[in-house]
Amino acid sequence: MTSSTDLRGKTAFVGAATFGCGEAPGYTSMELAAEAGRLAVEDAGLSMSDIDGLFICLPNDFLSGLSIAEYYGIHPKMTNNSRTGGSAFLGHAEWAALALEAGLIDHALILYGSNQRTGAGKLVSAQAPSPFEFPYRPNNPVASYALAASRHMHLYGTTPEQLAAVAVSARQWANRNPEAFRQGPLTVEDVLATRLVADPLRVADCCLVTDGAAAVVLTRADRAKDLKKTPISLLGAASATWHSEIAQLEDLTVTAARESGARAFAQAGLTPADVDVANLYDAFTINTILFLEDLGFCPKGEGGRFVASGAIAPGGSLPVNTNGGGLSFCHPGMYGLFTLVESIRQLRGEAGERQIAGATTALAHANGGTLSSQSTCLLGTPATV
Amino acid sequence: MIQKSPSTGEWVFYPRMVAPRTGATDMEWVEPSGRGTVYATTVKRSKPPAADVNIAIVELDEGPRLMTHVQGLAPDAVRIGMRVKALIVDGPDDGRIVVFEPEAGA
Repeated sequence: MTSSTDLRGKTAFVGAATFGCGEAPGYTSMELAAEAGRLAVEDAGLSMSDIDGLFICLPNDFLSGLSIAEYYGIHPKMTNNSRTGGSAFLGHAEWAALALEAGLIDHALILYGSNQRTGAGKLVSAQAPSPFEFPYRPNNPVASYALAASRHMHLYGTTPEQLAAVAVSARQWANRNPEAFRQGPLTVEDVLATRLVADPLRVADCCLVTDGAAAVVLTRADRAKDLKKTPISLLGAASATWHSEIAQLEDLTVTAARESGARAFAQAGLTPADVDVANLYDAFTINTILFLEDLGFCPKGEGGRFVASGAIAPGGSLPVNTNGGGLSFCHPGMYGLFTLVESIRQLRGEAGERQIAGATTALAHANGGTLSSQSTCLLGTPATV
Repeated sequence: MIQKSPSTGEWVFYPRMVAPRTGATDMEWVEPSGRGTVYATTVKRSKPPAADVNIAIVELDEGPRLMTHVQGLAPDAVRIGMRVKALIVDGPDDGRIVVFEPEAGA
């Protein structure tokens, strides 16, 4: 009988790439994903023929594991296109680590791409309309997150200005990332001057609608140390799901991140105080506040005050979404994989102007559905293993 | 009508073959009080001429929660904790839907 802590440091990310972030006219979602995947494999110093496990979601291809194997012309031992919304890719890392450790595969490629901005012009959702929500025509997903925000404001006095501080911090980081789609100055007043979409959430409280692709390569620690780049170890990975539709979440201010985070930290033998950089799935400004609380970076109810203090902005005590996040970097429908890529780049010291000096541990957290699925990964440099 | 399981005493919404958490299968259709409390609320903002619409989650006095509209007042005047009562109106599609309005005197 093994315990989950046995997986600590047994696998490592050896390749990471993004492609087409922002606008990538003329590319299909498959082409974007395939190019990000190729770049990640090249980044690792591997060949595509080394890849024997494929983990993928595409916006509109529910058998994308088969399609991508065919596209690359490889014969993987395992394909997995399990879908939990935008958190899927952190769940993929969890499954890939298990398969690698069990010896079922040797090199896993996790990838995603979407051309939703230039292809469809709006969010492409894979979720079937609910017979208990659709008759009310909520403008989902934003309406569901707005309902959670209303509850957080009611219980804890969270303000629109505090929500706006999340978007402002994200923009300050994006201004240090040349790949970020949205750049330039942004103040709390600017955010509050944008149009309401679903009260209290305004346009600037919502993530971007962009194209983009990302990919990472995961392998066993023994193989990782001989490859091109510094291996970034997977120290812990856990997922949790409590509901699908927002009305079925027991407490709209507490997400399953509380559970996925606690399990990932336990595996890694770390606490929130050990984390040097956190990349949290910020589909809406309320997400960042909820996840900071549920992952243990601040007490429940204090998230609004925490972000308004400047704690998550450049120069703050906890750098959050150093790439600019889904709010200002890119958000091609499912953003989860970008939290892993940014964590890897920070721990490798490849983050340029936004680099967190001496970062050795990073947390990536992703969300799927309407706060429904939560996955947390903890990553570390070789010194942490 | 919503479901209730006599063996567990729990009310269930939305309707299921298997009750959440307990796994009970003995659900019966029972008429709830039709009264509840606003648990969360937002306004779906629309481009004119379409009107802004309230979207809320109401907690029934019996326990279950559901997505709905709270009507009979400005969509942004709905407050968490407001007492409401159900009414059944024509929906946007073929069927009828449950919506809520403030309780008299609330």
